[in-house]
Amino acid sequence: MGSATSDPPSPTVTASGRTPLTDAAETGLKIVVVGGFGVGKTTLVRSVSEIRPLNTEEVMTQAGVGVDETGGLTGKTTTTVAFDFGRISLNERMVLYLFGAPGQERFWFLWDRLFSGTLGAVVLVDTRRMDDSWYAIDRLEHHRTPFVVAVNRFDDDRARHSLDEIRQALALPDDVPLIDCDARVRTSGKHVLVTLVDHLYQLALAQESAS
Amino acid sequence: MTRRPVDTGAPDRLYTVTGGRSRADDSFDLVTLVVSECEPAPGMQSEHVRILDLCRHPTAVVEVAAELALPITVVRILLGDLLATGRITARHPRLGQAAATHPDTALLQEVLHGLRNL
Repeated sequence: MGSATSDPPSPTVTASGRTPLTDAAETGLKIVVVGGFGVGKTTLVRSVSEIRPLNTEEVMTQAGVGVDETGGLTGKTTTTVAFDFGRISLNERMVLYLFGAPGQERFWFLWDRLFSGTLGAVVLVDTRRMDDSWYAIDRLEHHRTPFVVAVNRFDDDRARHSLDEIRQALALPDDVPLIDCDARVRTSGKHVLVTLVDHLYQLALAQESAS
Repeated sequence: MTRRPVDTGAPDRLYTVTGGRSRADDSFDLVTLVVSECEPAPGMQSEHVRILDLCRHPTAVVEVAAELALPITVVRILLGDLLATGRITARHPRLGQAAATHPDTALLQEVLHGLRNL
C-alpha cells in the first residue's frame, strides 16, 4: 500500500479475535448511527466494519456524573446505556469508529461525554416507526451535530413512502441529505457514510470560504 | 444482540476496581488511541495488566472497555493511573472534547478518500 515507512502487518490477534490497528495509527474519528430499537443500527455497523461489532456501555447516575460517588448506595438511580461499535481503518494513520447508539431519552444525557467531537451522525429510519426518528433529529439539532437521514428499506415495507413524503413527515430541511439504504449490504452502508462525509465536506467548505 | 448489563445491581465491584474513585480522567476520548510503554510488572492490579497486554498495538479507549467488559468511566480511571505513571501513552483525536472544533476540508477529504477505497 501507500507509504514505505509502515511496519510489517501484524498477524497477531487479541483473545477475542480482534485484529489490532497498525502501529502508525494516530488519529481516531467518530461517526454515530442513531435510531430506534430494531431499525438496523448494528446491521449497518456490521456491514462496513472491519471487526465484528463489539458492545460496551457507560454507567451513569440520575445526575449524570458517572459512577456514583457512594457506589450507588444512597438511592440514586444508576442507569446503564449500552452501545455497539465497529471500526474502519481509513489509512495507515486514521481510524474511523462507527457507533450504533440507541435513540432513547436517557442516552442523550451522555451525548457530550461520549460523542463530543463526533464528525457527524446518521439517523437510520424505519418508515413503519417514524416517530422514533423525530426525537433523534431534534436532539442532533440541539447538539449542533450535522447529520444525514438514511431510510432502511425493509422487505415488508409495503407502504413504500417516497423520500419526498418522508422528508415532509420528518419536517426535514432541504439541505439535509435523505437517502434510501439497505443496511445489510456493504456497498449500501458505504454509500451512506460517503453521503454523510460529503455533506460534512460541503458544510466545511462553505464555512471556510465564509471566514 | 447480546447485552451484558455489567454490575448494574452491584456497583461495589466497580468501586473496588477503581479503588473507590469515581472521577474519570476526561482527557480520554472514546477514540483516544492507547499504547503500552512497558510490560506488565508483578503485583500490578489485574485490570492494569490486561490493559498493558491489550495495548501493545494502538487500541482505542472504547475497545479497551469492550475487551475488559467494564464501563467507559471505569476504564478512563484505570487509564489515568497508567498514564500518570508513564506506563502508557495516549494519542488523542484531533477533534477533541471542545465542542467548537469543526473538521476542516483537508481532514474530511482524507476521510472521503479512505471510505471510497473500502
